Amino acid sequence: MHEVVVISGKGGTGKTSLTGAFAHLAENKIICDLDVDAPDLHILLSPDLARTEDFYSGREAVIDNSRCQMCGTCLDMCQYRAVSFDGGKYFIDPLRCEGCKVCVSFCPDEAIDFPERYCGKWFMSSTRFGTMIHARLFPGAENSGRLVTLLRNQAREKAKQEGKDLILCDGAPGIGCPVISSLSGTNLAVVVTEPTLSGLHDLQRVAELCSHFKIKVAVVINKFDLNSEQSREIEKYCREKGFELAGNIPYDPEFTTAMVDKKVVTEVQNTKVGQEVRKIWAQVLELL
Amino acid sequence: MLISIASGKGGTGKTTVSASLAAIWDGPVTAVDLDVEEPNLHLFLNPQVESEEKVYLSVPEVDESKCNLCRECSNLCQFKAINVMGSTILTFPEMCHGCGGCMAICPENAISWGRRELGTLSRGKTGPNNFLMGSLRVGEAMSPPLMRAVKERLAMDLTERPGDAIIDAPPGVSCPAVCAVMDTDFILLVTEPTPFGFHDFKLAVEAFAPFKKPMAAVINRSGLGDNSVEAFCRENNIPVLVHIPFDKDIAGAYSRGRVIADLNPGLKSLFVQLAESIKEMGAGGRDA
Repeated sequence: MHEVVVISGKGGTGKTSLTGAFAHLAENKIICDLDVDAPDLHILLSPDLARTEDFYSGREAVIDNSRCQMCGTCLDMCQYRAVSFDGGKYFIDPLRCEGCKVCVSFCPDEAIDFPERYCGKWFMSSTRFGTMIHARLFPGAENSGRLVTLLRNQAREKAKQEGKDLILCDGAPGIGCPVISSLSGTNLAVVVTEPTLSGLHDLQRVAELCSHFKIKVAVVINKFDLNSEQSREIEKYCREKGFELAGNIPYDPEFTTAMVDKKVVTEVQNTKVGQEVRKIWAQVLELL
Repeated sequence: MLISIASGKGGTGKTTVSASLAAIWDGPVTAVDLDVEEPNLHLFLNPQVESEEKVYLSVPEVDESKCNLCRECSNLCQFKAINVMGSTILTFPEMCHGCGGCMAICPENAISWGRRELGTLSRGKTGPNNFLMGSLRVGEAMSPPLMRAVKERLAMDLTERPGDAIIDAPPGVSCPAVCAVMDTDFILLVTEPTPFGFHDFKLAVEAFAPFKKPMAAVINRSGLGDNSVEAFCRENNIPVLVHIPFDKDIAGAYSRGRVIADLNPGLKSLFVQLAESIKEMGAGGRDA
């Protein structure tokens, strides 16, 4: 079983457009959208939802004002400034509450409830390219890392059931908790960058993260002709660090046109970018 | 006034807008990079960094000679950061959220504060303006604690030297983005008129509307994609303050780390107009 994750560090470099095309080209796979915070892959793949599940994770503290004796212990002990005193009552701001249970445990009047937190939904769907596992974290919700892990485990189980040998994942931007969770168990991280100062800066951080977890990196430079000098800088950096260069994609509005038509770029006949993306996918398969 | 520049989708131009606004802002302003996972604002503003300090999270350290393995701490901990295995107590500092519960509950006073490095806080000057940036340590999963440290520093600086702040927020709509946007007085959403941009823009509006702060949009790469964002903004009374044209020269200048308000008088006046609209709307928000 191979597991490939497409990430980028910087947002908006073309992760999802490329993952969508890979989903079209790859055989015998499960597709997984691990960008649970702002998922977009479903826009290209138009999934038919076959199964919907609620995602609960962690708990949140809620003061029952009828039991509260107003001692203020919760306010004193909260490290997250989630407790406020307003209009003669104590309140906990759910967006600041970390779910640590300290106020619940130390409240002398047992006036703080600690219900489970309903954080989002996850889905198993069918698409024209095969089974897709995806999710939707509610705005402002926490624990995206746990949801990423859940999706990944579901994808592994489904792959086993259906006899698939590849899990193809669209990842999140950044280098924090959802990205770290998405790297666990990955054979190859395809890092999509762009020839800008920000693109290189962010590539360096996310590639360093992959090295930290000993995960092989293959770099794709999207819109490489936007600034050829910067593209050469990125190639030089990759060679120095021993990261594979999986290929370059020229700037082409076809990506956006395909997106508006809810298609992936390789489904559009006879485009130059489509050919480049096919070569890149062949290269990715070589690296597995 | 604290102005957060947010987006939902990554790569829509948050940093481009933040850098240009800071460059043309009339009056004292601090440019703040709260996209701590992938901070890029410094690449455009080239600040003279005056101080750099490491930021730490307080995590438990156990004095094993005092610990009697009562498990009060591990029963309280919601993050599996402290646990008793056989006859040893183990801590997992990378899992710790720094709530302080274990230390407060330990009947033997066996726990004291150690620390985990979260990243770096940099302060400096960009022209006459202050500059503040958080940069997450590569491998660190949690960005909100470092973001909170940057916000606290900003609040202290603004008490000493009152002024406005332009805050470059991380992408997405989960805990890091919410942490950046909450406590600001004005939310500016930068989007692009593509299906992905539109989808994530709606998520951002849903996530940030509960803060009941003045909120407005900038449409970047105007001319690309379709008109869905524009129509949605009209229906939901979200003013579109300016359109930044889709232009290869702007993309090229961005790739070289240029502040685009400096490119030509037309772009400069576009950002001056944006700043004026923000100030007007912000003043209205305070009166309301």
